[in-house]
Amino acid sequence: MLLSAVFSAVAASKQSIKIAYLFQERAVPAALSNLDAFIQNKGQLGAELAISDNNTTGQFTQQQYELKTVVVPVGGDMAAAFNALGDDIGLVVLNVTPAQVNQLADLPSAQNKLLFDAASSDDELRGVQCRRHVLHILPSRAMRADALAQYMLKKRWREWFLVVGQTAEDRLYAAAIKRAAKRYGMKLVAEKAWDNTYDARRTAQADVPQFTQGEDYDVLVVADEQGLFGEYLDYRTWLPRPVIGTQGLIATAWHRTHEQWGAVQLQNRFKESAGRWMEEEDYAAYLAVRAIGEASVRAKSNQASAIKDYMLSEAFALQGYKGKPMSFRAWDGQLRQPILLAAPRSLVGVAPVEGFLHPTSELDTLGYDQPETACK
Amino acid sequence: MRKIIISFCAAALFTASVPAETVFVTLEKDNAVAVVDPVAGALIKTVPVGQRPRGIALSQDGKTLFVATSDDDTIRMFDAETLRETGKLPSGEDPETFALSPDGKLMYVSNEDDSEVTVIDIAAQKALTKVKVGVEPEGIAVSPDNRWVISASETTNMLHWIDSKTHQIVDNTLVDPRPRAVSFTADSQQLWATSEMAGTVMVLDSAGKQIAQTIKLEVQGVSSDLIQPVGVAIDKDRRYAYVAMGPANRVAVINAQTYQVEKYLLVGQRVWNLAFSPDQKRLYTTNGVSNDISIIDLTEHKVTKSLAVGRYPWGVAVKP
Repeated sequence: MLLSAVFSAVAASKQSIKIAYLFQERAVPAALSNLDAFIQNKGQLGAELAISDNNTTGQFTQQQYELKTVVVPVGGDMAAAFNALGDDIGLVVLNVTPAQVNQLADLPSAQNKLLFDAASSDDELRGVQCRRHVLHILPSRAMRADALAQYMLKKRWREWFLVVGQTAEDRLYAAAIKRAAKRYGMKLVAEKAWDNTYDARRTAQADVPQFTQGEDYDVLVVADEQGLFGEYLDYRTWLPRPVIGTQGLIATAWHRTHEQWGAVQLQNRFKESAGRWMEEEDYAAYLAVRAIGEASVRAKSNQASAIKDYMLSEAFALQGYKGKPMSFRAWDGQLRQPILLAAPRSLVGVAPVEGFLHPTSELDTLGYDQPETACK
Repeated sequence: MRKIIISFCAAALFTASVPAETVFVTLEKDNAVAVVDPVAGALIKTVPVGQRPRGIALSQDGKTLFVATSDDDTIRMFDAETLRETGKLPSGEDPETFALSPDGKLMYVSNEDDSEVTVIDIAAQKALTKVKVGVEPEGIAVSPDNRWVISASETTNMLHWIDSKTHQIVDNTLVDPRPRAVSFTADSQQLWATSEMAGTVMVLDSAGKQIAQTIKLEVQGVSSDLIQPVGVAIDKDRRYAYVAMGPANRVAVINAQTYQVEKYLLVGQRVWNLAFSPDQKRLYTTNGVSNDISIIDLTEHKVTKSLAVGRYPWGVAVKP
């Protein structure tokens, strides 16, 4: 009895930091490979691990972190779910489609909240369509393409053959690749649309050599975000050339082959609690909630505005297991971070690649730098 | 037994009449401890100790060698002369770093995956208690006056001040990201801590528990992300502090009165940990990637020798 009274007194004096994790379930997409099972809860387990990490720290700072997870079924009303969060919750981590990010951000109920886009790589959301109360955790497509370009330049693989899939996302990825090619002086010697509608598993051996014949190039760059055909390009090209882009050597925020800078500890903690490898979305949600933890501890506040001010200040430094302190770009709300260049079973490199310099932060060699931003 | 004694005598004859110290180095990948005669500059032998040995320390009386065998989830005790195992301590899971109380009775172990510090009664070979600390505790140190046990949590970015009598956390200091190693000055007045991520060394005043000095380590021509300070050692008179800089492959020589970095000494690759010779005339470094140790002459601040010891040298302890 006495004991519980003591505990509740402690609890009452604690500062409570309330965070919502809003997730819309996705329809199972068509995929080329049956090897990797579709994971529905990508992201959520990352947010949960970060809450637990935050609370381990919070016990020393008299802060208590609470996560309210809201899962909306496919086709469910996201705006209603967002509005239902109420005024009490000022910090919201979003794992939704790119189109939904601003639909939610523009709701009247979102105006005094700080939102974390923990799923998109969309450059427009960080550019012309940016919102001042939205921070973006995952690297944009432009950052990923720049990361690949830096590594290709280091290898002197300058002549690119670009293969673009059929979805709108593939075209956005291809646009980022073209921007990076221009920035780093690469030559696009060919660009072809992959428009085969049949199952590539059956026909790749015959199609790919023919498709890639006729040009000489250093690397085949593939834009296939959904993974409908990209996996089947490697080893089947007419000339023996490596594949990079959305398959082959990929640019990603997180990868299971990453073990440096304490990453193996995060990989282990996640695997122990989730029973599977940490995916990029899990890492993004983890970082969003950890960023809130770091800012609220240092700013000693649970208010969205104070947390945002601290996050966008020079003092903010997030430890994200990638060797360099991470922070937010004040001009577009993007988290600046190293990007992993990973093959399926080995980590090939980390960008920014050594030698790519920048007057303020080498991390800003990736993606839209301050003078280039379209975010006003 | 007789054979070993003879070979030791022979080694002593070959070197000088000055009694030489023995350096013990854990070899993470060889599951062994390397035994080195640093004055002769020779690897005497390599002794198997268990899976993935990392943290290593000698008891106050120099008779017992403690080795954290991480993958065996235990800390093993060895007779420091014969290197025969004499017992095991219940360290908890995956022990890496640990510290001994000045009276030699207690051991404090960081349990990185469980966010705990285990307190062990060495004589009883029993865990007395566990102290809940921040996420990923790594560096640990006991003040020479036996007032404080400090645990550094890498992800919580905090130094926890544990009262060594009550084993309760009394205070916490927020520090630069990924604090790694902690070490007290001989007078217990200052605590030095390294931040692996910010590339800094912080000097805290033990009375106020606040950061008094922050020293940024920078080496021309070495990219800032390679500057990852790890082990730190301060000499008895607080004239100099030495900081192992990990993949920057250097040891920083810091004037501990002015807090200026006077020199960066190039050692082997991925330098982890440091230990003084008993007379503090030499410093030994473990170089995890180049598989050697470096011997630094502290009167000249010069690296005098590198000595191959085995795969992934991690921790180092010196027996007079």
